[in-house]
Amino acid sequence: MSKINFLKPDKSNLYTFLYLGTFLFFVSVLDVLLNSFFSLNITGFLPDFLSFLLPLIIGFIGLYFIRIELSGIKQLDLLNKHINTNNFNAVLSLLIIFIILKSIPPILNWFFVEASFAGDSKDVCTGSGACWTYIKVWMRRFMYGMYPNGEQWRINLSFIALALLGSVGYFATDRFKKYLTLYYVVIYPFIAFLFIFFFISGGPVFFDFSYGIIAAILSIIIGFFIPNKFKFYYFLIVPFGLYILLKYFIFYEELIELGKLDGLNWVETGAWGGLSLTFIISFFCLIFCFPIGMAFALGRRSGFPLIRYISIGFIEFWRGVPLITVLFMSAVMFPMFLPADFFIDKLVRCIIAISLFEAAYVAEVIRGGLQALPRGQYEAAKSLGMGYWRMHIFVILPQALKLVIPGIANTFLALVKDTPLIFVVGLLEIVGMLNLAKTNPEWLGFAMEGYVFAAIIFWIICYAMSKYSYNLEEKYKTDR
Amino acid sequence: MNFKLKDLGPQLITVLAVVLVFGFFTYNAQVNMENRGIDFGYGFLSQESSFDVQFSLIEYDGSHSYFRAYLVGLLNTILVSVIGIILATILGVIVGIARLSPNYLINKFAAFYVEFFRNIPLLLQIFFWYFAALRALPLPQDAEPMFGISFLTIKGLFVPAFIWQNFNIFFYSIVAAIIAIIVIRIHAKKVQETQGKQTPVLLISIGLLLILPLLSFLIGGVRLEFEVPVLKQLATTSFIYEGGVSLPPELIALALSLSLYTATFIAECVRAGIQGVGKGQKEAAASIGLTPNQVLKLVIMPQALRIIIPPTTNQYLNLTKNSSLAAAIAYPDLVLVFAGTALMQTGKAIEIVSITMFTYLSLSISISILMNWYNKKIAIQEK
Repeated sequence: MSKINFLKPDKSNLYTFLYLGTFLFFVSVLDVLLNSFFSLNITGFLPDFLSFLLPLIIGFIGLYFIRIELSGIKQLDLLNKHINTNNFNAVLSLLIIFIILKSIPPILNWFFVEASFAGDSKDVCTGSGACWTYIKVWMRRFMYGMYPNGEQWRINLSFIALALLGSVGYFATDRFKKYLTLYYVVIYPFIAFLFIFFFISGGPVFFDFSYGIIAAILSIIIGFFIPNKFKFYYFLIVPFGLYILLKYFIFYEELIELGKLDGLNWVETGAWGGLSLTFIISFFCLIFCFPIGMAFALGRRSGFPLIRYISIGFIEFWRGVPLITVLFMSAVMFPMFLPADFFIDKLVRCIIAISLFEAAYVAEVIRGGLQALPRGQYEAAKSLGMGYWRMHIFVILPQALKLVIPGIANTFLALVKDTPLIFVVGLLEIVGMLNLAKTNPEWLGFAMEGYVFAAIIFWIICYAMSKYSYNLEEKYKTDR
Repeated sequence: MNFKLKDLGPQLITVLAVVLVFGFFTYNAQVNMENRGIDFGYGFLSQESSFDVQFSLIEYDGSHSYFRAYLVGLLNTILVSVIGIILATILGVIVGIARLSPNYLINKFAAFYVEFFRNIPLLLQIFFWYFAALRALPLPQDAEPMFGISFLTIKGLFVPAFIWQNFNIFFYSIVAAIIAIIVIRIHAKKVQETQGKQTPVLLISIGLLLILPLLSFLIGGVRLEFEVPVLKQLATTSFIYEGGVSLPPELIALALSLSLYTATFIAECVRAGIQGVGKGQKEAAASIGLTPNQVLKLVIMPQALRIIIPPTTNQYLNLTKNSSLAAAIAYPDLVLVFAGTALMQTGKAIEIVSITMFTYLSLSISISILMNWYNKKIAIQEK
């Protein structure tokens, strides 16, 4: 009996076991560490099989020895509680520690130590590591697709401007807070559309845009001197008046010259690509799919049977088919459904298709939120004399949307992750550009670097989005 | 009457709008097809397809009809979906349980896996496995045999083929075992409900599943032989394995990425399901003297499954739909074979795209009907 007691760690001989166990544990970790970082095998004299398993066995014994309940040493108790609760957990913990130790050196080597960063041709990539030169050389293509190099400032400028305009909400004072929803739902998408359509796309249509900008700036400057009483009417009438005045009566010829800005060339959407296209498509689909989805969610819960069945049909149809067939449809089938002389751009067709597809998912998510609201909310709103629309806008939707923030965020994440599928219609965003670059005869054999690069970018975007949605959820969480 | 008229207005407007849009589309389609001289119809399905498919489960070559090409694509889609679903379920359940582990390292490791794989687009993962990872595999002539019988090479995975004699007897024995297990389960449940006795159903089931097929080998005259793939030289530098079953790299890359990606979602479903069972349930079960195994089997799992199964079915559906991404790496699934090659050859865009969509649609609607039925069956019967 005493022998078993001797082998069983407990408080009476705590320090013996503690030192012995810690020593054994560290020996096992050290063995793996030396093995993986310096390719030293200190147990090399043993048979292969034993040498392979030895760290696990030693570590296991070590962990067994230090598994002392209520030892009174804080760190030890914490360790035991977290990674060393029983034999099974101890083995798993050891395995994970070993896997991490084993996989760090190859990954570090590939990413940094053996990788080549300098130079601008394939010749520098001789090491066994990654060839980041490839990414560096092709960076512009991965970011902007086939967009002409000299014109890429237009994309940058638009994105910066839109980012600045998008962050207005953080600086808004209380006085303007109530207009924020209007701004983000109506005005901001409209500005974004103008930017992307007239600025990134460019071309002759740009004249109109320049008139608009001049009219807006002029009217804002004059607006400072207008008494508050008339400001509302002033901003309702004057900008549009100025716009028409500028366009048709004054400065006609002169402004055409000004509006040209010396050649904002028209860049057809087929040349757009890379990460910027991912952003453009995600942005527009995100804007469009939300209201459509909301409408169908309300339609599915509507009291009118015909509207309900149409909504159900719409939702179930889009949810039942894969996105790739929807894109196929938009590419080969949709042109057949339009008049022969009526042409819709490929990119626009894509955005419509993806928006409708994701709208069905958004609709189901919002329906979940609507169903989760207690009936009392509807009845209370009705008893206050609210009609259908007022009830939904002021009582139901604010609560329901709050409930479904995680679901909506997941749908938007899915949307961003689905954008690479547009390769089906021949548009090349970042993954498509990677596949194109991969087949370039001068740069064969760097598929891995490209995919890792794109994976990191997508991971950062998606992870940031999911964390942001989590924050939103916490922010709007109200106790009931 | 007045009330009814008020109801009718919005509905009529909606229906009118839908009818107008569809009418506009059909009218244009008719005009366009007349202009281009295309006629509408599904007669092409019986014509000779005259294209080849690299990998098919049923016998197929260019002399077969378009309908058979459609079947080839559909079967390939189902094959990759089934493989993906099985792998994703196994991995997802393990990871989901690992995320609930009290062990800090295991927990974080599982969380890392989930966060990592679900935040990268599936298409990118497929490309990664197909174009980057699987291209690093050895050529057929350099491949090391795995377990001495199968070879993982750049041209795919070559595994031994089973050659059966009297396969039907073996099959019947398995069917008999399954029927016997179902009978025993029902009986065991009855015994438990009436007398409170527990029967070791799992042990008996495993025993039956092992013994009956074994008997079919010993008595029924079933023979099983393996046909091991053998390296064969096609040209001076070109080798290929002959015999056995070959799984093309496209299938491997697709099944791997689909299951790795979907497993993250299944893991989250499993975690949510097990967490969704209240702590009080476990404590109550323990306090009436059930053993931990019984608590898991009789109290937690039945309640957790009720939460787990609906979203998991949804994930299975997503996996099936996502398998259409196969077109990107030229795995001959429904989209590639039918909506790709067949459409190119016949030019019948409307017919082919509609058949493809209808196939996926009926697949998902039938699964969701099944799921709704199951949901109703297991829902808590509230009074």
